[in-house]
Amino acid sequence: MSLTVLNASILQLGPGIRARVRLYWPLIKALQTGLLLSTGLAGYMSARCPIFNVGTVLGVTASLFLAISGSTVLNMWWDRDIDARMARTRKRPTSSGAVSGTEVLRLGLALSVLGVGMAVAMDALYGLVVFAGLFFDVVVYSMWLKRRTCWSILWGGVAGAMPILAGRVLGIGRFDWVGICMALGILFWIPTHTLTFSMKYAKDYHNAGVPTFPSTYGLAFTRQTIAVSSVLAAIMMVFAAYGIGMAWGFLRLLGVLSAGLLGLAFATTFRPTERVNFGLFKYASIYMLAAMILVMIEVA
Amino acid sequence: MKMHALDRALLLGMSLLAAFQVSIGIEGLSTLPIISYTIGFGVLLVAGLLLIILGFEALEAPIVVIISTVIPLSLSVGLVWQNLPGVRSVYLILAAIGFLAVLLTRSLGAPPRLAVLTVALVHGIAGMIIFLLPILLRARGAAGSAYLLVSAGGALIGAGGLLLSFLRMGVPILPRKTLLRGMPILLLLTTALFVAGFRFGSA
Repeated sequence: MSLTVLNASILQLGPGIRARVRLYWPLIKALQTGLLLSTGLAGYMSARCPIFNVGTVLGVTASLFLAISGSTVLNMWWDRDIDARMARTRKRPTSSGAVSGTEVLRLGLALSVLGVGMAVAMDALYGLVVFAGLFFDVVVYSMWLKRRTCWSILWGGVAGAMPILAGRVLGIGRFDWVGICMALGILFWIPTHTLTFSMKYAKDYHNAGVPTFPSTYGLAFTRQTIAVSSVLAAIMMVFAAYGIGMAWGFLRLLGVLSAGLLGLAFATTFRPTERVNFGLFKYASIYMLAAMILVMIEVA
Repeated sequence: MKMHALDRALLLGMSLLAAFQVSIGIEGLSTLPIISYTIGFGVLLVAGLLLIILGFEALEAPIVVIISTVIPLSLSVGLVWQNLPGVRSVYLILAAIGFLAVLLTRSLGAPPRLAVLTVALVHGIAGMIIFLLPILLRARGAAGSAYLLVSAGGALIGAGGLLLSFLRMGVPILPRKTLLRGMPILLLLTTALFVAGFRFGSA
């Protein structure tokens, strides 16, 4: 192949790759993946291991990014039929038909195998926890329970808690109570996030036939559940922060942010409005991101 | 009223400054001032985040009058406890009574005039203390010149809190739009003055 032909091929390939990336990018839900990745990095750094070991930090980042992205893509592949029935998700590449189901499945499997494989290569126990997260998310949450029971979110929460636990396990080489508290903090935070979302888009979920807390138990019980899980999330995060030896100043800051979360959770319970509900949904994300940043700053 | 990107940036700056003050800026003080300042700057921090998330409509909530009272009260308690040992217990009790008075008149449906008077009195006294005490301390040489920035912050937050409270109670001093448009810069400036004053002015 002459150089001119090769250059022409690359030029033709360039726009094709860019177009694929543009199609694939929404499949990984970059914000959600980024947030979960930040929990994994915070879990790893919380061990106060040599975090400036660039190779390991890059390894954690890459393996978690690939595994989390992979599980998200596989979820989208599995849920493409119900996504097509919901106004919020109808335009996703999977449900709009912009990408074929087979292509999405291949992409999801490739990312997942790469992510888990890299994690196992770094450390067997770390790899096991990363794999558990992927298994709980794709198989238990999406494939098995999501269309059967509203309690599926509990397993979605367990899956979401795995990156931080994996990071912690990699850092200290075993499970410990601090890692469990961090994981529980995420586990209890996820209902605050998802239940608020399911209240806002209750009609969408109803149209798609997905059971949710609001459709099964009503709005009042859902709000109470959000309030209780927010309290538990805040308690667990403060316990975990204390456990890693966070400085009092940062503990105070975490306490203030937790108080804001609790205040909004109680406002959602006792003076509910759509605005407050969605405010809680957004604040919960900021809260968790801030908590992770605090852990990272603390040990850096 | 729509919140612009600049408003959000100003509020984020205010929240970050308040977060700095809660986590680092008040280290080394005794327990009660730390608690007081944590409450005061903590309320500023969370309020900033909620304004970014919910927009100016968040200021319509009835609880805003009570929350906006907490900031000057807690900051003034911290200042008095730090600098006026002779009256600190008395002022702490007065501040608690003042807060309860605002809470009760706002939540138990007291006559509007009484509710307005209570808020004005509590804001006024707390604001005066934040404004005058640093000036007094500077005059006595017990604090650096930069401590006067706390006075400036006190004047601003006192004015802002009163304007907001009167607006919420249906007797606006400034038009709603003008007040809301100026709120992000006022909050940022107030917090910056407090943080700078405490950091560079303490003896």
